[in-house]
Amino acid sequence: MTAPAIELKGISKAFGPVQANKDISIRVMPGTIHGIIGENGAGKSTLMSILYGFYKADAGEVFIAGQKTEIPDSQAAIAAGIGMVFQHFKLVENFSVLENVVLGAEDGALLAPSLRKARRELTSLADEYELSIDPDAIIQDIGVGMQQRVEILKALYRRADILILDEPTGVLTPAEADQLFRILERLKEEGKTIILITHKLREIMETTDTVSVMRRGEMTATVKTADTSPEELAELMVGRKVLLRVNKVPAKPGAAILDVQKLNVVDDAGVHRVKDVSLTVRAGEVLGIAGVSGNGQSELLEVLGGYQSATGTVQVNGTEIDLSGKFSDGQSRRARGIAHVPEDRQREGLIMDFHAWENVAFGYHHDGAYQANGFMMNNRAIKEDTDAKMGRFDVRPPNPNLNAKNFSGGNQQKIVLAREIERNPDLLLVGQPTRGVDIGAIEFIHQQIIALRDQGKAILLVSVELDEIMSLSDRIAVMFDGAIMGERLPAETDERELGLLMAGMNGSAA
Amino acid sequence: MDFLTILQIFDSSLRLATPLLLACLAGLFSERAGIFDIGLEGKMLAAAFLSAAVAAITGSVWLGLLAGIGASVAMSLIHGLASITFRGNQIISGVAINFLAAGLTVVISQDWFKQGGRTPQLQGGARFEPINFPGTVGSRELDGVGPLGQFYSELLSGHTILVYASLAIVALTWWILFRTRYGLRLRAVGENPAAVDTAGISVVWLRYSAVLICGVLCGIAGAYLATALQAGFVKDMTAGRGFIALAALIFAKWRPWQALYACLLFGFLQALALRPDVIEAAIGMKVQVQLLDALPYILTVVILAGLVGKADPPKAGGQPYVKEN
Amino acid sequence: MKPIPGWADVILIPLVSVLLAALCAALLVLAIDEDPVEAMKLMIDGTLFRSAGWGFMLYYTTNFIFTGLAVSIAFHAALFNIGGEGQAMLGGLGVALVCLFIPWPHWTLAILGATAGAMVFGAIWAAIPAYLQAKRGSHIVITTIMFNFIAAALLNYLLVNTLKPVGSMDPATASFPAATHLPTFQDMAGLLGFEGMFRGSPANVSFFLAIIACFVLWILIWRTRLGYQIRALGHSPSAAKYAGISPTKIIIVTMLISGGLAGMMAVNTTQGEAERLILNFTEGAGFLGIAVALMGRSHPFGVFLSALLFGFLFQGGAELGFWTSIPRELILVIQALVILFVGALDNMVRMVVGQAFHLVGYRRA
Repeated sequence: MTAPAIELKGISKAFGPVQANKDISIRVMPGTIHGIIGENGAGKSTLMSILYGFYKADAGEVFIAGQKTEIPDSQAAIAAGIGMVFQHFKLVENFSVLENVVLGAEDGALLAPSLRKARRELTSLADEYELSIDPDAIIQDIGVGMQQRVEILKALYRRADILILDEPTGVLTPAEADQLFRILERLKEEGKTIILITHKLREIMETTDTVSVMRRGEMTATVKTADTSPEELAELMVGRKVLLRVNKVPAKPGAAILDVQKLNVVDDAGVHRVKDVSLTVRAGEVLGIAGVSGNGQSELLEVLGGYQSATGTVQVNGTEIDLSGKFSDGQSRRARGIAHVPEDRQREGLIMDFHAWENVAFGYHHDGAYQANGFMMNNRAIKEDTDAKMGRFDVRPPNPNLNAKNFSGGNQQKIVLAREIERNPDLLLVGQPTRGVDIGAIEFIHQQIIALRDQGKAILLVSVELDEIMSLSDRIAVMFDGAIMGERLPAETDERELGLLMAGMNGSAA
Repeated sequence: MDFLTILQIFDSSLRLATPLLLACLAGLFSERAGIFDIGLEGKMLAAAFLSAAVAAITGSVWLGLLAGIGASVAMSLIHGLASITFRGNQIISGVAINFLAAGLTVVISQDWFKQGGRTPQLQGGARFEPINFPGTVGSRELDGVGPLGQFYSELLSGHTILVYASLAIVALTWWILFRTRYGLRLRAVGENPAAVDTAGISVVWLRYSAVLICGVLCGIAGAYLATALQAGFVKDMTAGRGFIALAALIFAKWRPWQALYACLLFGFLQALALRPDVIEAAIGMKVQVQLLDALPYILTVVILAGLVGKADPPKAGGQPYVKEN
Repeated sequence: MKPIPGWADVILIPLVSVLLAALCAALLVLAIDEDPVEAMKLMIDGTLFRSAGWGFMLYYTTNFIFTGLAVSIAFHAALFNIGGEGQAMLGGLGVALVCLFIPWPHWTLAILGATAGAMVFGAIWAAIPAYLQAKRGSHIVITTIMFNFIAAALLNYLLVNTLKPVGSMDPATASFPAATHLPTFQDMAGLLGFEGMFRGSPANVSFFLAIIACFVLWILIWRTRLGYQIRALGHSPSAAKYAGISPTKIIIVTMLISGGLAGMMAVNTTQGEAERLILNFTEGAGFLGIAVALMGRSHPFGVFLSALLFGFLFQGGAELGFWTSIPRELILVIQALVILFVGALDNMVRMVVGQAFHLVGYRRA
């Protein structure tokens, strides 16, 4: 029996209190394409970093071709025949393809002979694997698909037998993705072993021979792709958990507060992030946007929050809002009836080194209620307001003078929520409200959102947590690859169906 | 204004450009590797002092040169330690080194020589002497020789060895950066250290090596100032050359041959400032000496304002490398 | 890195850094065959035990308060203003123009005018580097250093050619009219009946101006909308985007204030002491402001204390220069070491202090 190309036994890795990998065991056979699927935070990246020598596992062993191997750094990984294609490319943008391939694998101190040798190799690799590329092209001038090809060539040049690709199609067009998979097939035929890390079910089903599912740091299953189905994988991926259901009365939706028509966002790198999205949110209802992060939800929130430009039409309370990306402060948002709890409270919603009371004024620092006179702010008034908010939102410890970074995640989030909710907006945008938040605070935050909804406000909720979406939403829209895959009512769907939609499968070819 | 005067000014430009060029190349190595170095000034000053001091004491300018390089390398190591190992603020570290050099050089020179912060006048073997190529005519006979002869005797011949060396170092720098494995890796680590790290190369060692090369070149620059261009160390003698070198580096878009041209330009401006009579003859107007003195600094600001084209620094410059992922 | 309590980060780290700097300086003193302990005694005796010593010390302290505040406010916006020297020089120009060409009836009015002039001229000098940083990304460190050199050349030109009184050989302006002269501590002590105190020392009423500046800046940074926005931008440009704070506007306004503060130093030196504008009157105070700001953690009260310390060192250094063979430039070395330890090697100091706390059993709660 052939030895597995890679075997991991009992790999565990913790970062402080977070157990990123828990007793992972997996066998990848040579000459196969092995998929690893899981949601964000499942632990896939950590596992791969251990394999590539970036982290040292706390426990467990790695076997390459049957031999126990220590991988203390990238050099050892390369020597063991492991090549990694990272999600964020490790290329020098103003170097040529040739220079990037040769970097670190040069043949001697002088560059010219190395480049000559590499050029010859690249030509033969191109012929062998149909990976043609112009060796003298500069990285920043070639497209993303080509850049990825360079990463693959780098690995092959270093005689990698095992190729690990981390979310390779995130930045590719469908056509480029198809090309990639043809290349992977070819590599497989030549005897290479390929590990494909992805959250996209279609790719798993169409390309892999075997698939392992990771959830919350553990390997929940390894099956032959032919023996399973997308439904089964989706279930393994999102899991049957005890749903934290909020007690709520049925929604009584009123007039449409938010109306989005054909919204399109192209980011600074020219990638089309939001594609023709149209949706409506009515007063007294929660619209939950489900989806794995990176599928356009963040950009959608940023557009509505006023700091990302877009094309299309957006109306709030019947008034069209400016989509140039320039009205970003809290006061202007409020003037349009919007409040925004951003997805990343540490980078955007709060200033971690400010006191809690200073954060309560963040975005609203021009508010008349916070001024003492024309010149000075009324810090006492802000602190009193903070006290009151902390009381109402059960922030612990209820100390306005504590720095934001000294609160737990849940309490940080409560501060942001208190600030935004108490502005009495007509539309509340809220992204990842319970990311990094402990159970007790989650319940509270959910209740706050429902309470707001019951007051007749419109709420646009973005979350990667399916439970949360199911529990809070009155309607659910699933986003994948920048577009709305479908809308469902919570009572008429389940995690399985939503998981399929989230992974790009809506029955028709994605 | 005659040909000979023009030659004299160019001759002067080359001599004045040399310390700028060496400091500029020093900065080039460091910044290409991703370490900002505001401390070129301080390293040059330290080297100027120690080279002059040792040359005065031992009578040997070569020992002085070695000592000057040593002083500069020591300061580079401090900068490297702060920037690379302790991931500190590179700008503040550079500023500190400048002040450190300014203070230490005077304190030590006062202790050693008791001449109010300067070293004694250097003579004979304690200085670099001009090297005259065969067939050079003396300055008194220049009038009798044709333009080619004047060009040969005045501009080409008669420089100290470090001037010729610095020109050679430009070529060497280009060759190292673009024709060797080391140069490829150095340039890579300043653009994307993660690319270098994932290829299994030590980012730390690469950056330290760049910092050391920077120290050596600054050392030569400083030694040149005190033992070739002038004859001894005087307080604050670098007079902002380290910053002008930085401006030249940006102007040259971090490339060696362009650095040569940029430094020649700055050298030319400095040479002109010494000959206000020539300018008056050339443009018919008296230009204030203070304006001439300020020209290099004004030009620096103009360059930085991007008014002479946009300059893209090495992408990872100034940021400590923290292994992510 | 081992954690340390919050108070340690604010107080202990700068303190340990200064002690390290002092230790290095002491070693240097030993190396040049002098006795560090004797040197310290001389400094203390010459400065703290006679009123004239205080008079000199507080005069320097006044300078360092202004330049320290200037660097501090820029630091709050995550900007490094090294241009204090040049901005102070321009401030001096402002003071000179105001004092020479406006007929002031009394010094109380003159000081107001001079302060305004100093602030405006200092701010103007900081405006161009500020604009270039905000709009064109030109590194403010290099541009402000260049502007220091340009200011020196400009001042040189003006003092040699334009502002020099006819017939004088001195590159300096004429003496300011008597009505603009500021009362010194000696004058004030005399009024209170203490004749002979602060004899011959230059400390003057602008010291109180500096204290007022500390207080005003404290209010500005922590009690006004502008200060709030400055600090927010300095901490997190990404969050500032979410909250609608404009980086360009804040960078420029911050540098204008910074330049104005640095300029105010000239009220002390040019109106208060020299009573005319001379070359090189800044004497490196702009640079020392960096050390003062770093040590004082960019807080006006910390700046005040640091300025006192450095005023002591500066005057003490002069005493040493008098009585020993230790040159005044030793102060530059101490200044450099403080900047190095507090500003660049702070992680190293933190590691050492963290290890010490760990050894005595401190674990973050």
